[in-house]
Amino acid sequence: MATNKFNVNDQGYYGEYGGAYIPEILFNNVEELKNNYLQIMESDSFKNEFEDLLKNYVGRPTPLYHAKNLSAQFNTTIYLKREDLNHTGAHKINNALGQILLAKRLGKKRIIAETGAGQHGVATATACALMGLECIIYMGEIDIERQAPNVARMNLLGATVVAALSGSRTLKDATNEAIRDWINNTETTYYIIGSVVGPHPYPDMVARFQSVISKEMKSQLLQRVGKENPDYVIACVGGGSNAAGAFYHYLDNEEVQLIGVEASGKGIDTGHTAATLTIGKPGIIHGSKTYLMQNEDGQITEPYSLSAGLDYPGIGPIHSFLHDVKRAKYLHVTDAEAMHAVVNLTQKEGIIPALESAHALAVLSKLNFKENEIVVVNLSGRGDKDLNTYINYLNENKHAK
Amino acid sequence: MKINMQNRIDHLFERKQKNILSIFLTAGYPNLTDTLPIIKILDTTEVDLLEIGIPFSDPIADGPIIQQSSMTALNNGTTLKVMFEQLKDLRKITQLPILLMGYLNSVMQYGVEPFYKNCHESGIDGVILPDLPLDEFDTVHKPLSEKYNIKVALIISPLTPVSRIKAIDERSSGFLYLVSSNSTTGNFKTNTINLNESLKHITSLPLKNKILIGFGIKGQKEFSEACEVANGAIIGSSFVNLLGNSTDLQKDIPEFISKIKEPIKTIQS
Repeated sequence: MATNKFNVNDQGYYGEYGGAYIPEILFNNVEELKNNYLQIMESDSFKNEFEDLLKNYVGRPTPLYHAKNLSAQFNTTIYLKREDLNHTGAHKINNALGQILLAKRLGKKRIIAETGAGQHGVATATACALMGLECIIYMGEIDIERQAPNVARMNLLGATVVAALSGSRTLKDATNEAIRDWINNTETTYYIIGSVVGPHPYPDMVARFQSVISKEMKSQLLQRVGKENPDYVIACVGGGSNAAGAFYHYLDNEEVQLIGVEASGKGIDTGHTAATLTIGKPGIIHGSKTYLMQNEDGQITEPYSLSAGLDYPGIGPIHSFLHDVKRAKYLHVTDAEAMHAVVNLTQKEGIIPALESAHALAVLSKLNFKENEIVVVNLSGRGDKDLNTYINYLNENKHAK
Repeated sequence: MKINMQNRIDHLFERKQKNILSIFLTAGYPNLTDTLPIIKILDTTEVDLLEIGIPFSDPIADGPIIQQSSMTALNNGTTLKVMFEQLKDLRKITQLPILLMGYLNSVMQYGVEPFYKNCHESGIDGVILPDLPLDEFDTVHKPLSEKYNIKVALIISPLTPVSRIKAIDERSSGFLYLVSSNSTTGNFKTNTINLNESLKHITSLPLKNKILIGFGIKGQKEFSEACEVANGAIIGSSFVNLLGNSTDLQKDIPEFISKIKEPIKTIQS
């Protein structure tokens, strides 16, 4: 269990980041959750139900795969944590199931969620189908277009997908709309936030639900290489839930280098980027104090990444804190570098990664590993949803290579 | 620095405790330089209090009308810096009590102390910051707002527990902002203020502050109902909607206000 040194404190802050910057109307809902989440999560009935679902429904533990070809390429020992093999295709289901069990115990009948790439929307719609709960998913109009297969999945699962038409019509705006829905339906509705963002206790709660990733890594590494701790854990960061889960049980093992990878889109200096920690400043977004992309006047600026799941102007407060205290290092990767990593993994290992996860893979060529070092990359999702993006990108850039 | 002039909000509530009408307008809307001319027109009406909204890119507590007005105001070039520049002439045109209302990130990026200092220098009397947590009010905003004699009106909702209402009332200054129902601004579908027992319950509590009801106050009917249980009410989205659609503000604004105020005066006389 992580201590408080690198984790949330009793007031809901990571250092100066986090907290609950919410309209008073949401106070009761957030307070109810804050007062109950730990007790519920630690109860035997909850644990039994959650663990059973993770094992028999999601298919956990996910494999820790020794990627020999990739290891040879980068002259080190690389393991892939195969979150892409989870039911619904990404790590998002860990959190969606955890929160829906919580929502049921709090007596809520109506579920809302935001989604960017659609992975959290699909995971939430899946959990709602399983539990027989009403499900409304907010998704930016632009993302609905670029992630059509996931929209079809959500519809098939019985969810109502509502297009967010405000602002940049991507993840930020879908989150705004979900919060507005929550304000208008506080008494009936539970909001399943998909990342380690939002008001406390969400960032901590989501990190705990995703911490199964690093918990499994530890026991799998112990079995495979005789020690729990690798030299590196690498994960992509949009809001940062898969990274938070992959880092969680290593936070206090300071010999483990934690690397988060943001999307720099077309490049850090192009104005078309989503690398929040590199170009953002501390402020308040979606109920939490954290780094965010904004102008001098404090207006949140439009992010850009080819990857819908990383196309977010904020970042979970845990990452702002780990960045400031230098417990984790945050790098950034362009669309083109991520695409290169997609093709590389697909052709070297026969695994098509999600575009988000490919950002984590793309830093392998930027780091200088030693031969005997152990590197774990969290392969947070699979690339089926991105096939159209991949095909279009490769067609458009055929001649540029 | 010594600031001991009586605050205009306090002065208002000393003179008057019933049927107080507060109007919300988005700064820099519909055009960048419209804020002061609109206030000048409002000054000729029977409005008691004004709230100037600081436009924000991601107003999570607001419905479509104020979202749209904020977006337009930002596209017009409105920033907090521009607002304070324009407000330099505020006290030449009106002596109405005026508050700024906005999201905390705007204040944070401007700098909390410069914000309160500039409010004071512009003749602003109070602020409303819906996403300011109580602990941060205590540690950061209370000392600075008091230093510059700026009231911070805090918000309660029908769902706020009584113990918390008391804690918020203790801290709030100017007045207490009671949200009429659990909704974003401008949601007029479920307005049942008169029937809402929880509002009556709140307004009958022995509280330090006067209470104004906001959110969902569309027109005369809702205003009258709110005034039956509270000291007055705040009209936002309806007025902003008028600003966006009117072709003759000089005529339409006084008409809008008298439609809200007249029936109450008739009943009283």
